[in-house]
Amino acid sequence: MSQTPIYGLMAEFDTPTQLVEAANRTREAGYKKIDAYSPFPVEGLAEAIGFRHDLVPLVTLIGGILGGTGGYYMQYWMAAISYPTNIGGRPLNSWPAFIVITFEMTILFGAIFAVLGMLALNGLPMPYHPVFHVPRFALASKDRFFLIVFSTDAKYESASTRRFLEGLNPGAISEVPS
Amino acid sequence: MDERTEQTIEKQGTAPVIEPGYTFGSVTDKISSIVLTRPTSNGWYVGFGIAFLIVMVFLYAVGYLFLKGVGIWGITIPIAWGFAIVNFVWWIGIGHAGTLISAILLLLRQTWRNSINRFAEAMTLFAVACAGMFPLFHLGRPWLFYWLFPYPNTMQYWPQFRSPLVWDVFAVSTYFTVSLMFWFIGLIPDLATLRDRSDSRVAKIIYGMLAMGWRGSARHWHRYETAYLLLAGLATPLVLSVHTVVSFDFAIAIVPGWHTTIFPPYFVAGAIYSGFAMVLMLAIPIRKIYGLQDFITERHLENSAKVMLATGLIVAYGYGIEAFMGWYSGNRFDAFLLWNRLHGPYHFWYFSLLACNIFIPQLLWIRKMRTNPVWLFLISAVVLTGMWLERFIIVVVSLHRDFLTSSWGMYYPTRWDWAIFIGTIGFFIACMFIFLRILPMISIFEMRTLLPEAEVKAE
Repeated sequence: MSQTPIYGLMAEFDTPTQLVEAANRTREAGYKKIDAYSPFPVEGLAEAIGFRHDLVPLVTLIGGILGGTGGYYMQYWMAAISYPTNIGGRPLNSWPAFIVITFEMTILFGAIFAVLGMLALNGLPMPYHPVFHVPRFALASKDRFFLIVFSTDAKYESASTRRFLEGLNPGAISEVPS
Repeated sequence: MDERTEQTIEKQGTAPVIEPGYTFGSVTDKISSIVLTRPTSNGWYVGFGIAFLIVMVFLYAVGYLFLKGVGIWGITIPIAWGFAIVNFVWWIGIGHAGTLISAILLLLRQTWRNSINRFAEAMTLFAVACAGMFPLFHLGRPWLFYWLFPYPNTMQYWPQFRSPLVWDVFAVSTYFTVSLMFWFIGLIPDLATLRDRSDSRVAKIIYGMLAMGWRGSARHWHRYETAYLLLAGLATPLVLSVHTVVSFDFAIAIVPGWHTTIFPPYFVAGAIYSGFAMVLMLAIPIRKIYGLQDFITERHLENSAKVMLATGLIVAYGYGIEAFMGWYSGNRFDAFLLWNRLHGPYHFWYFSLLACNIFIPQLLWIRKMRTNPVWLFLISAVVLTGMWLERFIIVVVSLHRDFLTSSWGMYYPTRWDWAIFIGTIGFFIACMFIFLRILPMISIFEMRTLLPEAEVKAE
């Protein structure tokens, strides 16, 4: 096993409170490239591992604006330029009648951008990932909580990092092969 | 979280949203075992078999419809809309409760939604699928349905965007797409749970592909929650807009009984009313058969009943205003419409509607009724019938006697009308049976967050 490159060191915890505390202490100890895994969203965990910039709201806003302006312009172009039809003497650009579809397109594109943006920023779909090598990691989708220090971290050093993680009182520590 | 503080200071005597004594592991086991390890029961085969037979009848009727055209239905001039539009509005209204539960109650931090949102969203999808079929069948040439969408074509022609019927196409297709994404995004963490817990290799591969490699990273959860909340925020105005647009199909026309400004709010309230009735009709047997009384507690039944009671009263107000305006407007056609509802050839159905939607549901004021599953089930069935009758009254009674006596007529549904209507009910039930068997019917990860251990305690 010593030949295979190491992806990181993983520590297992029983409760979300322990995980958040451990993540905070790991970050405070100077480790930057860390991640935590939990079976449900844990409050404060993203902050504890140093995650700051969530781009999903921005992506959604862009989608909504594109959908709204695109939806209105589509109707304007089709009803007033490409195929002008006189309906009851109304102006060709009869904007009140175009509001409904503009609204629906805003919602549709906002939602599509939110979903695809979230998946893309998370790097999903990703069927293969090194953490799945750890047999007990299957419990991360049930009732166990995991903290990993990546081997790419500047402060990472096999023995000292393991010693540090042991100081956090985890249930178990495992090496994650790459 | 302040939700949990709210739970602890709750009044004594209110049933909890989840019975005490569960852990992350036991919640996971209990819900996932229904899909993974519980053998398929004979009851499931019988139930699914009956629904499947009805689907076959449905396919036969639809095949015959495509062969012969809409003339096999009872639609005539003046009643050109008939069952197709009645059923369309009924089904799409039922779908609205799913989005209300998953999106609006999420924004309002109603934690009791966590155990019913998954199957309510599934119900939404299947109901909207049933609804969407009817306008297509009603087109006459359903194979040309894509003409409804603006696509570059050799006819050099575009849809007429000033028509509410085109608005409907956009509203319903957006609604279906957003509901599907919302449902699927909610499923991803649970699909990962099923992937990790399944013993069968085939199931592991299928659930694994659907879970897209979800591993529960804190970064992922953060973006996930943001996207989920944003979707809820987008779905909330969307769901209100959908039935509003459906009501525009009527309200923008000048037919007496349709041309009123109360239609949008009254349609939305009616939609939620019938939707909650359907949620109860599904939840009550499901919790009994699968032993989920600990997760879908009396509290859920009672809250749903309260929503039904409240929206039912809004609907009653709508009827009251319609009757009042018939008299107050001084318009003789509006006054005649009211007279025709009360004394015309369909008066029996109008009084049945009042009984089903206004009088019988008042039983829900009694707490014993709200917590008794059998009574709730029966009242929900009555409400669903009443809401179907409401759309029948709106479509048929308004159209059959309009301005000129020379253009009056009667509407008699044929066996094909009934076959296609009952057929969609079979389709809906068959879809629910399949859903219960292959996907977790309760959101596992959201149930975990309800447990007291999920709270991060301050150091």
